[in-house]
Amino acid sequence: MNETVKKDAMAAPDDVDAKRKKAQRSRNVAIGFCLAAFVIILYVATWAKLGANVMVRPL
Amino acid sequence: MKTELTIGMNMNTSIEKESDFTVSTAMPADYFELLKPGVMRLVVFTAIAGLVIAPGQLHPVLALISILCIAIGAGASGALNMWYDSDIDAVMTRTAKRPIPSGRVSRSEALVFGLVLSFFSIFTLGVIANWLSAGLLAFTIFFYAVVYSMWLKRSTPQNIVIGGAAGAFPPMIGWAVVTNSVTIESLVLFAIIFIWTPPHFWALALFKSGDYASVGIPMMPNVAGNRSTQNQILAYSLLLAPIGFLPYWMGFVGLTYGVVSAVLGAAFVWFAFRCWQMDSDDKIMKPAKRLFAFSILYLFALFGVMILEVAAPNLIARFV
Repeated sequence: MNETVKKDAMAAPDDVDAKRKKAQRSRNVAIGFCLAAFVIILYVATWAKLGANVMVRPL
Repeated sequence: MKTELTIGMNMNTSIEKESDFTVSTAMPADYFELLKPGVMRLVVFTAIAGLVIAPGQLHPVLALISILCIAIGAGASGALNMWYDSDIDAVMTRTAKRPIPSGRVSRSEALVFGLVLSFFSIFTLGVIANWLSAGLLAFTIFFYAVVYSMWLKRSTPQNIVIGGAAGAFPPMIGWAVVTNSVTIESLVLFAIIFIWTPPHFWALALFKSGDYASVGIPMMPNVAGNRSTQNQILAYSLLLAPIGFLPYWMGFVGLTYGVVSAVLGAAFVWFAFRCWQMDSDDKIMKPAKRLFAFSILYLFALFGVMILEVAAPNLIARFV
């Protein structure tokens, strides 16, 4: 923990900023991927559970 | 509050100050590590076994999603455990490189991550499979994060005996996903892992007792001594061998499992006996290390044979 803090403190502010931005971008991509996967899972599960009955509903 | 304080300041300075405290450098891989992938493997494996041998039919897609939910739920409890135990993880050599003690992920990030994943895994399992299995998953997460991590782990040498229940639930959840019930068969699957846990963890605790002592965790060797721990390991192993055989005796798995569980059960008792014979002051503790390694193989083999015995005939029938 201390080593990381020291490294961060020693690095130039631009480097730290770039590192943080890169991490933030990676996390955003991962969250986006997970959300898309979640939507697909619910979509596929609905078809698997209901099959053709998915169309049977009051209009 | 932070925004109000920065009003009137130089814009660049305020952004820098904000980023110092709010923007993390944690990468997705660091979050994945919070899920304890090693533990997750065993959870997934035993949950698949419960799901495969349970009587009844389940759409393969729903089965796959259910297993994913159980895996993520188990991972979430791992993240919550790392959040709570970060202080002791930093001291023990085995855990010092975990994401929180190494400074890659903050405690609050781990907590939020664990809670969010817990919610989504329980909710999705409830919607996809049934609310009994979702309830069992919720109880498993609660049991591991609260009962074991927050209460038992630091207060009693029986911590992993009772806490072992958390690791024993996955095959029961897998069974409940298919049958929407808790039956004697799923309780036997639970019992196998529950009784397996003490000899498995105490074998580890024997040769890692220094680590646990340094952080004040009352593991059995530190509290009752090595000799008493060795006695208890042998006692639990003698109990485990027949319980491991029970699924065959009760008739819900086949002869292959019966033979494998009998042979491996005898081997488990043999390794425990060697560990029992070991000098309590042994510095290298080879028999304890062997028992620890064999215990992992034992559980994987038992549940692996259960899966193969049911899955192999179906696969052969489909492709031959």
